[in-house]
Amino acid sequence: MRTLRFLLQKEFRQIFRDPSILRIILVLPVIQLLILPWAADYEIKEIKLAVVDLDHSGYSMKMINKIISSEYFVLTDYSSSYLSALDDVDKDKADLVLQIPVNFEKDLIKESQAKLFIAINAINGVKANLGGAYLQNIIQDYNREVRLQWKQIPRFSPETQIEITSSNWFNPLMNYKYFMVPGILVLLLTMVGTNLTAVNIVREKEIGTIEQINVTPVRKFHFILGKLIPFWILGLFVLTIGLGISRFVYGIIPAGNFGTIYVLAAVYLLAVLGLGLLLSTYSANQQQAMLLSFFIMMIFVLMSGLYTSIDSMPGWAKMITKFNPVTYFIEVMRMVVLKGSSLTDIRYHLLAITGFAVVLNGWAVVSYRKRS
Amino acid sequence: MNEIMITTEKLTKKFGEFTAVDQISFDVHKGEIFGFLGANGAGKTTAMRMLCGLLLPTSGKATVAGYDVYRQNEKIKRNIGYMSQKFSLYEDLTVKENMKFYGGIYGKSDAYIKQKTSFILDQLHLNSEANKLVKSIPLGWKQKLAFSVAIFHEPGIVFLDEPTGGVDPVTRRDFWKLIYEAADTGITIFVTTHYMDEAEYCNRVCIMVDGRIEALDSPGQLIKTYNAQSMDDVFLKLARKAVRVDD
Repeated sequence: MRTLRFLLQKEFRQIFRDPSILRIILVLPVIQLLILPWAADYEIKEIKLAVVDLDHSGYSMKMINKIISSEYFVLTDYSSSYLSALDDVDKDKADLVLQIPVNFEKDLIKESQAKLFIAINAINGVKANLGGAYLQNIIQDYNREVRLQWKQIPRFSPETQIEITSSNWFNPLMNYKYFMVPGILVLLLTMVGTNLTAVNIVREKEIGTIEQINVTPVRKFHFILGKLIPFWILGLFVLTIGLGISRFVYGIIPAGNFGTIYVLAAVYLLAVLGLGLLLSTYSANQQQAMLLSFFIMMIFVLMSGLYTSIDSMPGWAKMITKFNPVTYFIEVMRMVVLKGSSLTDIRYHLLAITGFAVVLNGWAVVSYRKRS
Repeated sequence: MNEIMITTEKLTKKFGEFTAVDQISFDVHKGEIFGFLGANGAGKTTAMRMLCGLLLPTSGKATVAGYDVYRQNEKIKRNIGYMSQKFSLYEDLTVKENMKFYGGIYGKSDAYIKQKTSFILDQLHLNSEANKLVKSIPLGWKQKLAFSVAIFHEPGIVFLDEPTGGVDPVTRRDFWKLIYEAADTGITIFVTTHYMDEAEYCNRVCIMVDGRIEALDSPGQLIKTYNAQSMDDVFLKLARKAVRVDD
């Protein structure tokens, strides 16, 4: 225990004297949490729409007005030919082209039906899909309004219409920040935990101080604890800053208990610190450690369900996400923050994360050797 | 001078096909200053790392402070000090903090650490630098400090791996004064070097060529045996036999 005390004292002194570490744990989380949630928004707004109105009728004008008055579309061009509208798509001035044919109004009134044509720029798949869907919704809505006007107060509607009303549980306003901020916070903890630990130990390797430690009677177990405990505390500190920002900047108050979040974070940090430790035993210098952790972090981020839904991944990819500790913690954070889940609700997640902590640290302890 | 502190018998280290240390056998006595000489790549550092418990030997026997290097390497570590080629104090800790740290992890009491720290600060005339970060003090001082920290816990043996690399002759002389003072207190000194003037400060020297021991005797005796003018001469005569290229 006495040995550990000296190791911890030394480690904390070095941390507080290293301005780059303090910058990483204070500035990095603040900046990321202030910027990323605004950018990482799934809602598609300001879709650029080019309209080719060949009809120039009252009905076509009304429809265009209706589309533009929704907040989703911006009219970037009102052209007279389809070709010139397509040119806008080429120049990235338009995402969607809506063509209203000649006789649109006439057909609508006389024959009770009219045709419209939508061309979608599908380079950005999400934007194209959602944009097309929004546009169709609005046009259908318009269609209904037109019908209602004609069939003045009907006793019963000749066509049955199903109207769907939905209510969004757990995030009633569909505020994406509620969804993104807890996830980004998890990523921050992962990066701080893995990188700081890996780089710290590898730096001792580079300088040669680790060899000096290896000729002392310090036990491997104590040495590793001496490295893990300070970064574990730093991790919890980063989490606290992050939760503070979520509360005061985004007004996110977890529906669940802070205790649950901290219990999970405490175990989760052990897992990512163990990963950092493991990376350090396989890297000879800081560049190697950074590259390795960068590579792993990419996979962790993309396979965690932070930006893309795991449910829509193919089966093999779903399997990979099961071996990613980030997945579990992001899920838990969302469950606790949005749904108010308690420790019993997330016991399987806790178990999985504990498993990661045990395996990663066990592996690291085995592969760290005082003698080669 | 008769108590044996280090003994090796046909100690060998191979890295794959390459035999870095080839069946070396020698004894080092208590209080002796034992010099390990050789060109770069002769196997000095590898031999030393095996004795310190940093490297597992391939074959042969060795004991350090009475403990077996294979099975009791953690016990050996309680009884040795080590100063590597790389300067290995913590640059972002102060002079005092480094001493406290190394004293602490060897399990020394607070009172011991306090008393020993002030003794070393006096000995090295470092009192005014005690609370400065190690990175801010000159290299010569750092090296002397590293040596003092290596023997802070008063080990039976201290291993010095080319301790005076890159410092000026005056500092080197000061450094050797420290080594003599330590040897006088009964600490056995095992030192590798390729400075021949330093070889003459040793009680006995062992010259390694291509992983093998070519000669082992007191400097005076070696000069006589090889009919040479100086240790430099002896070394050149022996080192010319080397076929191994410097790594």
